[in-house]
Amino acid sequence: MYRSMFPRDIFDELDNLQRQFQRAFEIEPSIRGAARGSFPAMNVGGTPQSVELYAFAPGLDPDSIEVNLERGVLTIAGERPDDLRVEGQPAQEKEASVHINERFAGRFRRVVSLPDDVDPNGVSAQYRDGVLHISVKRLDSVQPRRIAIH
Amino acid sequence: MSENTNVVKKGNGARSEAAMLPPVDVIEDSGGITLFADLPGVAKDKLTLQIESDSLTIEGEVAFDTPQGMESSYAEVRIPRYRRVFTLSKDLDGEKASAEFKDGVLKLRVPKAEHAQPRRIEVRVA
Repeated sequence: MYRSMFPRDIFDELDNLQRQFQRAFEIEPSIRGAARGSFPAMNVGGTPQSVELYAFAPGLDPDSIEVNLERGVLTIAGERPDDLRVEGQPAQEKEASVHINERFAGRFRRVVSLPDDVDPNGVSAQYRDGVLHISVKRLDSVQPRRIAIH
Repeated sequence: MSENTNVVKKGNGARSEAAMLPPVDVIEDSGGITLFADLPGVAKDKLTLQIESDSLTIEGEVAFDTPQGMESSYAEVRIPRYRRVFTLSKDLDGEKASAEFKDGVLKLRVPKAEHAQPRRIEVRVA
């Protein structure tokens, strides 16, 4: 009903447009998905020596983040507390109302297939400014090596 | 604390740069409004909060360590900047706003009051 009163809702139109753009430019997804918009957002890069993953996961306790690498598949999982719930509980008595609720809360899991040449023992991870940076070394044997000529 | 010079600077140019829209939660109780914003990758000194008259601007630059020579193969975060502007209602007191920023999450509290005045908010480390 509200819609028909404002048939050309600008925000609705923009939202639509954005979705169309996303669909148009979405590259073929891998079988494990990697859907845009899921939590945490991820960037992946590489150097000849390593694969670098960045998970944009703000507001987490680093100890609560699970990072697993098994058979070339990296899993990042954890749970993000709901700030509205935590904040809202005592405030509820004072008639708290939620105006906007866009931030992710709850359990999350993201799975990334890594290249074949990674070293399962060469994983390091650090959490800073809400970004989890995971660096996975590539195996020495497949790294380009300069051969000395005697 | 020269709020006015900053306001003038903000008016020109800076706003036209492309930026990501950070997700937020906004909750209101009888004492005021609390806003949470997700700004992962923003260091404390790269976060700018500004309240001028009745508008609140949140801006942050994204920066994280990348090894030399890294080539990006997949990216969901493509623009190294966040920006979001909110209109505050007159019953909120921007003067008394306080902010915390930890692990990429901003928590901003704006209490209710008589009137709002231009001011720059200091970010303190939680």
